[in-house]
Amino acid sequence: MKSRDLSDLAFRNLREAALRNSLTTLGIAVGVASLVAMLSLGVGLQELASKRLSRSGLFDSVFVTPKTNLRGPGGGPPAQRAAASNARPLDDAARSEISSLPNVVEVYPQLRFYSEVRYDGKPYATVVAGLPESSKASGAFDGMQGKFFSSANANEAILQIEFAKELDPQTSSLIGKDLILRYGERQALAAHPGDSAEPSGGFSVVLKEKHLSIIGVVETEPASGFGGFGSGRLLIPLPVAETLRAAQVNDLRDVVRGSASSDKPTYASLTVRAKGPSYVEALETTIKNMGFGAFSLLDASKGLRIFFIVFDLLLFIFSSLALAVATLGIINTLVMAILERRREIGILKALGAADGDVKQLFFVEAGVMGLFGGFLGVGLGWLIGRALNFGTAVYLHRQNLPSVDIFFVPWWLVLFGIGFAILVSLAAGLYPASRAARLDPVQALRYE
Amino acid sequence: MPTDQPNGQPAIHLDHVARHYTLGESTIRAVDDVSLTVPAGEFLALLGSSGSGKSTLLNLIAGLDRPTGGAVIVNNQDLSKMSSLELARYRRQTVGMVFQSFNLLPRMTLEENVELPLRLAEVDRGDRAARVHEALERVSLAKRAGHRPSELSGGEQQRAAIARALVNRPKILLADEPTGNLDSATGESILTLLREIQKNLGMTIVMVTHERPLAERFADRLAVMGDGKLLSNGAAR
Repeated sequence: MKSRDLSDLAFRNLREAALRNSLTTLGIAVGVASLVAMLSLGVGLQELASKRLSRSGLFDSVFVTPKTNLRGPGGGPPAQRAAASNARPLDDAARSEISSLPNVVEVYPQLRFYSEVRYDGKPYATVVAGLPESSKASGAFDGMQGKFFSSANANEAILQIEFAKELDPQTSSLIGKDLILRYGERQALAAHPGDSAEPSGGFSVVLKEKHLSIIGVVETEPASGFGGFGSGRLLIPLPVAETLRAAQVNDLRDVVRGSASSDKPTYASLTVRAKGPSYVEALETTIKNMGFGAFSLLDASKGLRIFFIVFDLLLFIFSSLALAVATLGIINTLVMAILERRREIGILKALGAADGDVKQLFFVEAGVMGLFGGFLGVGLGWLIGRALNFGTAVYLHRQNLPSVDIFFVPWWLVLFGIGFAILVSLAAGLYPASRAARLDPVQALRYE
Repeated sequence: MPTDQPNGQPAIHLDHVARHYTLGESTIRAVDDVSLTVPAGEFLALLGSSGSGKSTLLNLIAGLDRPTGGAVIVNNQDLSKMSSLELARYRRQTVGMVFQSFNLLPRMTLEENVELPLRLAEVDRGDRAARVHEALERVSLAKRAGHRPSELSGGEQQRAAIARALVNRPKILLADEPTGNLDSATGESILTLLREIQKNLGMTIVMVTHERPLAERFADRLAVMGDGKLLSNGAAR
């Protein structure tokens, strides 16, 4: 039989038992909808996580520390530390050397220092962190109050919300106000002339003040990266932080170890941003070979991917249960149809229908139910996703958090949903179709 | 419609045909060693009581069933050696069937019912309407083309079934108790129609019936079956 005639007859047969076939199709649709909704949740969460993480720069960064570091990543076990006694200092020379490596976008130090903030005549203790210009795109400042630094050298400050609340519970009223930053500036000391017992170098710490204008309040902790010494709660542009020459925690360590020179301060750690996550591994190895400690989140990223693959697989298995029930529905519908249409099958065979024609007819009917169920299911799954996205947005809004899409239906999922529904329906139609094809026409014509 | 088969040549030849069924440990001999020849253009009536094996024999000639012994030769082709696909083609092209209970599809109109064999034979859509009209015209049902079987009388339904059997222009028409569900007057009109078709189209007709008076009036020859055997080969009238 020609395919057009075959589909004509199939549609006619489906229309004849409209209620039963619609319910079967609805069963498939519910199965596909649950599949699409579950997988779109998996995809949405994965998108959300990877977008946030890649925007944060964590996965394309290498965190570099001197091998003499006492703690933190790169410090390594005691045996390594002993072996690294002659390791290179992480100073400006090292910074420019790393900057010149291929596939490096930027290198910046993690500058954090203790300070006292004077606001409205009252003192507040906090940690100040320098932020590179590139951190604006990290996503950490999405939905912040106020705005990001107007320039890399602006005397401006962004406050972390917990610290801002200490200054004024009405955090929005802080924006535009000024504060005074009191910090210890490192000033190099000359070696005592003629005193050979004294090693050269050393520095003094002198109290300094800096006037800053508050331009924003942020809810996240943008400066809580790796290799640092706690979160910065008052954020200033990194170039400004560097000009302050504030005494760092590692300064004291370097003096005690004798690795410090008074005029060339070293960095506690450097963050090296690569062009992309694929360059991170090679970069990490190169930096390690240069005599520094290096650490990246690449392994954590791989772990995250594995987690999402397993997560998606579990969602797929659970949602497939609904589709499995729908499959049984198709088999039941078609087997019932064979019983009902036994005589009709006999007539068709008497008129010259081959076994293959009968098989194809039932196959097409199953496929059509799958096609409609697939379309309906994808639409339904999309609607469920939209509804849950809306619900999530409302909930997050009530919590004063920026809205996120936890459901995402990519094109491949739409095609997969429809294709899978057709495939499952055809598989479900296999047994009924071959049973109908095998029907003995003499017996079928005798059937009342 | 001209026939390409000269009268006198055997259209159907049954050579020691047997159809045995096994039921548990016993064997039912529905058709037992039947040999019969039907010349082209003949109207043969196959008579017999219920269970005599006449319908089973008709199903064997129709290619709906296969013999367990002997050979069913139609137009020089041995049906027992055909594959199921070849048998389906044979049913589409060589024979047309008419049943006691009409066997029209209730949800289709007459037109659609008559078109069904054309769809199975993959006849072009453009040719179908004319052929359906021609077949319905032949049985005087052209005006009822859009009706469903339930809207027609028994006689009209049987005429529609005859139109469906003729639409693919087969050489042989097989009728299984075509008057069984009809009153005597309608039955007579159906047999008159079959006779006209046989004469006008030169068709070979094998009709199973248990109504001897009607068979004697319309058929060229009567063959009688009993207990699966051919009791009388009959003689041409």
